[in-house]
Amino acid sequence: MLHRLFVFLIAGWSGFLVMAIELLSGRILAPNFGNSIYVWGGIITVFMLALAVGYLLGGRWSLHDPSLRRLALLLLAGAIAVIPVIFLADPLLDWLFDQIQDPRYGSLASVTLLFFIPTTIAGMVSPYAVRLLVRESAQSGHFAGLLYFVSTFGSAAGTILTSFYFVLYFEIDQILAGLVGVSLLLGLLALFFGNSGNASKE
Amino acid sequence: MRRKNRLNALLALCTSLATTPSPAMTTIHTEKSLYRNILVYEEDGQRCMSFSQRNQTTRQTCQSLTDPDQFVFTYTRMMMAALYLNPHPRAVLIIGLGGGVLPTALARMFPETRIDIVEIDPAVVKVARQFFGFNPDQRVQVFEEDGRVFVKRAGKSGRHYDLIMLDAFDHEYIPEHLLTQEFLFEIKVLLTADGVLAANTFSTSRLYHHESTTYQAVFGPFYNLRVQMKNRIVLAKMDGLPPLDTIKANATALEEKLKPLGFGSDWLLPLFSTERDWDPNARILTDQYSPSNLLNTLVF
Repeated sequence: MLHRLFVFLIAGWSGFLVMAIELLSGRILAPNFGNSIYVWGGIITVFMLALAVGYLLGGRWSLHDPSLRRLALLLLAGAIAVIPVIFLADPLLDWLFDQIQDPRYGSLASVTLLFFIPTTIAGMVSPYAVRLLVRESAQSGHFAGLLYFVSTFGSAAGTILTSFYFVLYFEIDQILAGLVGVSLLLGLLALFFGNSGNASKE
Repeated sequence: MRRKNRLNALLALCTSLATTPSPAMTTIHTEKSLYRNILVYEEDGQRCMSFSQRNQTTRQTCQSLTDPDQFVFTYTRMMMAALYLNPHPRAVLIIGLGGGVLPTALARMFPETRIDIVEIDPAVVKVARQFFGFNPDQRVQVFEEDGRVFVKRAGKSGRHYDLIMLDAFDHEYIPEHLLTQEFLFEIKVLLTADGVLAANTFSTSRLYHHESTTYQAVFGPFYNLRVQMKNRIVLAKMDGLPPLDTIKANATALEEKLKPLGFGSDWLLPLFSTERDWDPNARILTDQYSPSNLLNTLVF
């Protein structure tokens, strides 16, 4: 039971993480590329592509010896991939601003370099989590639906909390650090639990 | 400031802004742009451009049909106070076009002055040309892009202005990246040694305190012009604020030039204030912390 709870928690949290970061990415890009409609177009395009690739890879990876432990490792990897955004965004964006004149392609390149990898990893979580929940094919739709519900609900929560409240009290880097911190904590807990006993095989 | 309650109430009655005619108001033109719905209408002998969202409108520009040179809005008149700090600008940057009232007047007053305008919405430029007599040429140029991107690039290419007018905000929406400490430092890079910044901003919400401490942090003391609890103009100068005596002397010299706009120094001079009527501890707005639209909904 606890095993399942962790699977749902990780799926919900990675949904939260993706949308919180997507919203902040608009803020992070604005000083260099503005707030035009095509900047948002670039952001959404890259996040969707990264998620698409993530779904593909996550489903693939779930074919080989799936476990809660590995799901936890995915979350940890995603969290670590966000850390460069905190430290490298400013110099990288300044450099790209000089390299690329057209703000459309400047923003597209920026989002790709900063956010493609963490978003892809976050995308891998959902199909992998479905694999951990489903034991017989008759129930696969039920569990996939539940999983989508939890992960998309997490996305909604990440969107509203970030845009309504977090930005009113914290700096962008503080919010990012908080997101990384919660991801690491949840990932380590799940890792610890997945390692203890053979719960992962259930 | 650009919104008039009476007009709002009137428009709220019309469920469809674009199509429902009202006896007092004639719709001239409507346009959906990438960013907003633009409405051009005539009412009470004035032609106005407004941005509409649902049944709310914010009037961006109004022009008198009988005397188009005259400034209708209080805030545009207040913006011209920048000239009291620098009476002969040679290169002007205006961020936010609207109907082009400010650049049109400045171009007429100073035939030698180069004027650059940045406007994010191409549809606004089109409407200004078509319906408000805005007429860019080699000397008056419009750049259709985000103000922050333009300012940053202009700074890197070594461009300078001795007057910058920031007019990109209205009461419905603030581009938050144009109200941060970092942005104002980028503006500073563009200003000449005696350059002047005039910013049309807010005075009715919690944001008042935050934008005040932000301008103070970048420019030091500034002249704060307020009319009632509505209009607010911030005037800052690179080489420090000139004393009121200098302001008065410049005002006298400009009196004739400003006359066709419909106001004089007897109205404008008393608005100059250096009183710090804001909370000095309000958090400075930065690229990391800029919830301007949220702060603008909070009570003063």
